[in-house]
Amino acid sequence: MFPYPFRYFAPTTPEEAFGVLEQYGDEAKILAGGQSLLPMMKLRLAAPGVLIDINGISEWNRITEDAHALTQGSLIRHSHWEHTHHIRIPLLYETAGHIADPLVRNRGTVGGSLAHADPAADWGASLLALKAQVHVQSRVRERWIALRDFFIDTFVTVLEPQEIVTAIQIPLASETDFTGARYLKLERKVGDFAVVGVAVTCSFNDQGIVTEAGIGLAAVGASPLSASGAESLLINHPLTSEVIQEAAERAAEECDPQSDRRGSEEYKRAMVRVFVKRGLRAIQADWENRLKKPA
Amino acid sequence: MVRVTINKEPREALVEPRTLLAYFIRDALGLTGTHVGCDTTSCGACTVLLDGVPVKSCTILAIAVQGHEIETVEGLEQEGVLHPLQQAFWDNHGLQCGFCTPGMLMTSKALLQSSPGELNEADVRRAISGNLCRCTGYVNIVKAVLAARERLREAQEEVRTS
Repeated sequence: MFPYPFRYFAPTTPEEAFGVLEQYGDEAKILAGGQSLLPMMKLRLAAPGVLIDINGISEWNRITEDAHALTQGSLIRHSHWEHTHHIRIPLLYETAGHIADPLVRNRGTVGGSLAHADPAADWGASLLALKAQVHVQSRVRERWIALRDFFIDTFVTVLEPQEIVTAIQIPLASETDFTGARYLKLERKVGDFAVVGVAVTCSFNDQGIVTEAGIGLAAVGASPLSASGAESLLINHPLTSEVIQEAAERAAEECDPQSDRRGSEEYKRAMVRVFVKRGLRAIQADWENRLKKPA
Repeated sequence: MVRVTINKEPREALVEPRTLLAYFIRDALGLTGTHVGCDTTSCGACTVLLDGVPVKSCTILAIAVQGHEIETVEGLEQEGVLHPLQQAFWDNHGLQCGFCTPGMLMTSKALLQSSPGELNEADVRRAISGNLCRCTGYVNIVKAVLAARERLREAQEEVRTS
């Protein structure tokens, strides 16, 4: 299989990329890792006339961190987080190993995944849970968008035709807090799209009270979703079994799954409930065991 | 014109931008050891090393790897001697029809290179989870990869003691 013909550009600076994109706009697609775009082009589900390969833009391949946030360029590949434990954002590592398969993870990018906006995207769920911001830029302007305002619908985001996702910023929990996270995914086989994906992250103060909580859901809506109602039930509480139960029920209400060949709506809702509960219990156990762990 | 270094040899060919790396390697460069199985990013038969990292060559444009280093199954054998991985697949019956083997070998080569420490069955199974085998199951493949690790370690020991 091969795609329809297209014109190919490989800019090496952001300015050059914005220039080409401004010229072609809607006609063009940005090629990052290509692990979703190229399969779609091969199946002729997508047929852009112009492809702008941004892999040569080294500015978008960097990770920086200050006291309050981690900023990763949009070209960071999934495999980076598969091999990197960030103690203040454990959800990145927890998620990465669940994405597609190891070979796809070596190529696919975090920014590409968000811009593609697949409802089953694992990063979509995780980065929603982490309350990430997306840096979006064109030749004439740049802006930060909360990821929670970024997804509109299946494969649709607020990106304008001239804009590129250049970076993703993740706020860091207080340095004195303990942060635990889990990504739970139900898939029929390795590399398949999720039936249900649930990303959970919680930070605790030294009394075991939740100071920050995030729950992101994949494959149970038109786009990745955040369970903000369930999150608010966790903040300022210890993770008791009642609180966990309540949050799990709430998340199952907040999602919006469709029945399809991967499962019925009821089944997917039930799995969201089970996974939120399981994830929160595991995080609570992490917190309880935090002092037992060898340094 | 797409120029790459493939198995340490510089090669070039004129292809359309839409040419995928797997087809570039097979049709333009004539190296047919790399197989195209599903052609939909699922099976991993087309796995090659791109700058040492295993990737699915059916899902990368040839033009996008301009100037990069590619390694295919043809690069494993050296001067008529099978690579320890190839020998281990032979010895442990790590294949039946052989279609997935080039991909399995390239993924395994990257695994052995990138993990110098201990390697267990779970590590190998995880590493090859993007490579599908439809005949043997994975028992003998995993056995072969672990045997190759041992063989490579023994060879290193010999070099050190001699």
